[in-house]
Amino acid sequence: MSKEPTMKTKKVKYKVSFGDRLISVLTYIIYSIFAFVCAYPFYYIFINTISANNLSERGKIIFLPKEIHFTNYQQVMKITGLFQALKVSLARTIIGTFVTVIVAAFLGYMFTRETLWHRKLWFRMVAATMYFNAGIIPWFITMKNLGLTNNFWVYIFPVAVQPFYIILCKTFVESVPKELQDAAEIDGAGTLRIFFQIIIPVIKPILATVAIFAAVAQWNSFQDTLLLVTDDKLYTLQYTLYNYINQASSLKALVNNSSSMEALAASLAHASTATSIRMTVTIVVVTPIILVYPIFQRFFTKGIMIGAVKG
Amino acid sequence: MKEFFSNKRKVRGFKEFLYILPFLILVLIFSYYPLYGWVYAFFDYKPPFPLSWDKFVGLKWFKSMVENDIKLKQLLTVMRNTFAMSGISLFFSWFPMIFAVFLNEIKCKPFQKVVQTVTTLPNFISWVLVYSIAYSVFNSTGVVNSIGMKLGLFDTPQMFLQSADHIWFKMWLWLTWKNAGWAAIMYLAAIAGIDEELKEAAKVDGASRMQIIRYITIPSILPTYFVLVMLNLANFLSNGMEQYFVFQNAFNKDSIQVLDLYVYNLAMGSGGYSLSTAISILKSVVSIILLCVTNKVSKLIRGEGFI
Repeated sequence: MSKEPTMKTKKVKYKVSFGDRLISVLTYIIYSIFAFVCAYPFYYIFINTISANNLSERGKIIFLPKEIHFTNYQQVMKITGLFQALKVSLARTIIGTFVTVIVAAFLGYMFTRETLWHRKLWFRMVAATMYFNAGIIPWFITMKNLGLTNNFWVYIFPVAVQPFYIILCKTFVESVPKELQDAAEIDGAGTLRIFFQIIIPVIKPILATVAIFAAVAQWNSFQDTLLLVTDDKLYTLQYTLYNYINQASSLKALVNNSSSMEALAASLAHASTATSIRMTVTIVVVTPIILVYPIFQRFFTKGIMIGAVKG
Repeated sequence: MKEFFSNKRKVRGFKEFLYILPFLILVLIFSYYPLYGWVYAFFDYKPPFPLSWDKFVGLKWFKSMVENDIKLKQLLTVMRNTFAMSGISLFFSWFPMIFAVFLNEIKCKPFQKVVQTVTTLPNFISWVLVYSIAYSVFNSTGVVNSIGMKLGLFDTPQMFLQSADHIWFKMWLWLTWKNAGWAAIMYLAAIAGIDEELKEAAKVDGASRMQIIRYITIPSILPTYFVLVMLNLANFLSNGMEQYFVFQNAFNKDSIQVLDLYVYNLAMGSGGYSLSTAISILKSVVSIILLCVTNKVSKLIRGEGFI
């Protein structure tokens, strides 16, 4: 391979060989396929929910929606139980996230306080819980004994203290100059006052990260309902969706019950089917995630970097 | 004076302890107290009745795992599934790394950004949603069957989700669909930390792109890879149950049931509370040993552990 002396570029360039170019083209193709495989299912389900239901039932909607209508979304909102599930999911996400974040911030800060009595011991006690798990049955029996089965607070209390988030906050607090706290202390501020007036405003970035992690986890949580809740008033959206997928027959009954008169009146294209309900509920459950996702993206790289340093 | 000062410090430290006490109690209740439930493995526990000493059976449940042929066979099948699924993901654990390396090579930044955004999204949806998507795409009227039949690949709709064929590999594919983009972020962060001068120097020396990847990029992110492999190994027995729970059905149950799911099915399905607790105790013991061993190995090789 001879170098061409006439080629003078300021920036150093790669030798572009045939192999390199081939790899380049291949990467574009392969990553396009990846992106398609990840994005298309969401799009596919969405266009099916807004297309004529009799076409979608027969698998005719593949790339473009046909005979667009939005009755599916109105129908779904009428299903008894679904709206209740939406409320439960929202409530647990909002309350749960708030509690988890405050606890993570507070303990993260307290575990940096050198004055704290037996600080290391308590920190280890909390951090150790990341590495063991009693198992499903002991967990189930404990919850039963505590009266937390069929109780809304089962969604909040057990996840309030989370060692991973606490460590994230603690690492962040440690990176804040100590002088800030010292100055406040000289002015006579107490532990709690320092926490609320100095620490919280400074560690906002990490709190945002933790909040988003916690919110997504709350919204997605499924196992706790499955194990500990039999009262259908406390079912979450995830659990309801799971039931809808597995009970196509009862779903049909549900549809016919809720809108038998309307089904007669509505054209075939707009009458709900098991497929249309399932897909519409899927979109309803996934939408909040897609909406917060752009905000999420700004924060998670930061969070994962801090986590990586520690982990 | 000095004593007074240190006393004040002590009082303050104790006051601070009182502040965190409620949270420590939460940890005790929800993380430590359930460990007490392990005693159920040594009793013949039938749910509505409280424990009493005449129900004490000692190691009966532990022995029954190996003495009872049916149970032993079931347990062996479950172990085979667990090892297969964990083994496949361990075997392909390099995939997110390579994914990140070549994604980083893409020159067109908007394209790179779009790919990264889109492939990370599935990580944030629940397994129930993944299953719902799988069901929509792969059921008898789903898009895969529609297109497959149009192209003449098969004449009758295929029951992809109801069959046990290649179920281990399919589970790995779903896991990868959900996690690969997210896992790649960690590597992308590591790649961003590589000293640019190193690459520039290599370019000046006439290294090709593949050579730079091979001799600079990959060696620099290997430590990250190593930590993740170790964590994978430590969690070898804990695949979690959610994914397998949502995908399980009567047809694939034998090949999809991993240890975590088995423990759940045994207790909630057939009321085997005590046996299921016994199995999860054994699992915990093995997991902790694995964690310690991998941590030790990590210390030996890298000079630092990950705990």
